[in-house]
Amino acid sequence: MHDFVKYFLNFDIMQKAFPYLLSGLWVTIKTGISVVVFGFFVGVLLAVVNVGCHRLKYGSPINFLIRIYVDLLRASPYLVLLMLAYFALPFVGITLSAYQATVLTFGACLSAFAEEILRGSIEGIDKGQTRAARSLGLSFLQTMRYVVLPQAIRISIPPLTNRTVAITKGIALASAISLSELLKQARWTQGQYANPSPLIAATLLFILLFLPLIRITFYVEKKWGKGL
Amino acid sequence: MQDIIDNFFNFDILIRSRVLLLGGLFMTLRLISFSVLLASGFGLVLAVFRHARIRFFDPIIILYINLVRAIPGIVMLMLIFYVLPFTGIRMSPFWALTSAVAFTGGAYYAEIFRGGLSAVPRGQTEAARASGLTFIQTTRYVILPQAMRIILPPLTTNTVELIKATSIAAVVALPDLLWQALQAQATTMNSTPLTAALILYLIILLPLVELIRYLEGRMKTDY
Repeated sequence: MHDFVKYFLNFDIMQKAFPYLLSGLWVTIKTGISVVVFGFFVGVLLAVVNVGCHRLKYGSPINFLIRIYVDLLRASPYLVLLMLAYFALPFVGITLSAYQATVLTFGACLSAFAEEILRGSIEGIDKGQTRAARSLGLSFLQTMRYVVLPQAIRISIPPLTNRTVAITKGIALASAISLSELLKQARWTQGQYANPSPLIAATLLFILLFLPLIRITFYVEKKWGKGL
Repeated sequence: MQDIIDNFFNFDILIRSRVLLLGGLFMTLRLISFSVLLASGFGLVLAVFRHARIRFFDPIIILYINLVRAIPGIVMLMLIFYVLPFTGIRMSPFWALTSAVAFTGGAYYAEIFRGGLSAVPRGQTEAARASGLTFIQTTRYVILPQAMRIILPPLTTNTVELIKATSIAAVVALPDLLWQALQAQATTMNSTPLTAALILYLIILLPLVELIRYLEGRMKTDY
């Protein structure tokens, strides 16, 4: 029992490691916010473009391209893409920092999922809304912005928050490319002190970070998942 | 352009690293099969227990699912592989990865199965039992077909996520597809093995993603 505490709950070592873990947590949060902002922005853009191009006569190539983008990113493992972005791109002259590679990869993946979810929501909105708006003289973009998107985004929030949490958890993978986020710091201090307590502390910090997000997801799903 | 082809689609280097890549592919296929089977079995058991509303298990299962959803898969893997040995439970990297992925994915499967089970109205069970069907017959002929239609899209999505999760094997030096590709990339100073690994993953996963599209499309037009 004493061994167990000495190895897993060594408060002395946890205390020494704490500043490192805290800075790692901050990097995780920062990266997470960047990923979410980037992913949402590109996702909404792609969804609107996708829906818009359906009606255009020569729009199908764009639809096709977006579909390829989305399907490829949905089907690729995050770590493989991350490795490609960080280790392979330098060979063709594009050198990204660990932070840039992480935000690019996870942001792109999130944008693909966000596009799918939003597109489903937009197409799920009663066509009468669009027809009414257009016959009142609103342009396509105005219809999108003032009539369709507000409703669509509201419907998308449950699956979107779910997916966002899943992808933000993936940021821990960036420890493999030496991004100084929480897991990397934990492993480093674990190596320094030859004791797994920092990893336990990091796990608790992860739980502290994600459990509230998950409860919010659950609450949002309950409140807005039942339809309008 | 030529630069890109030389660096990412170099046929020569692909041939030279084929042994490494094929070995990695087989390891990944083994990982996928075991993980998916374990995770879905585990998830199904959990879902049935939760659906049966046994007072004792409910809080434990809910706690488990919430914890697993809050911990990233790779952290789970680290815990199982680096921390568990200190308590005496030592696992090979293969089983460490399989159990990490199965525990994480199993929780999501449990939620999906439970959603499907509770979506079928109770009246169906009551009517079936009243008509003389046994519990197993009811489940097999009445409940499961209806539940399956509802859960198939999220089930496929989750399976895709599970398969993607097995790629973190590279972090514990388990010689799966990604790890071998990285080795090949390091020795040949060329990224073609990584591209090949990505394409192999896509060959496995793209059909599933298209299946998800098809199933979701079917769900929509069902009204």
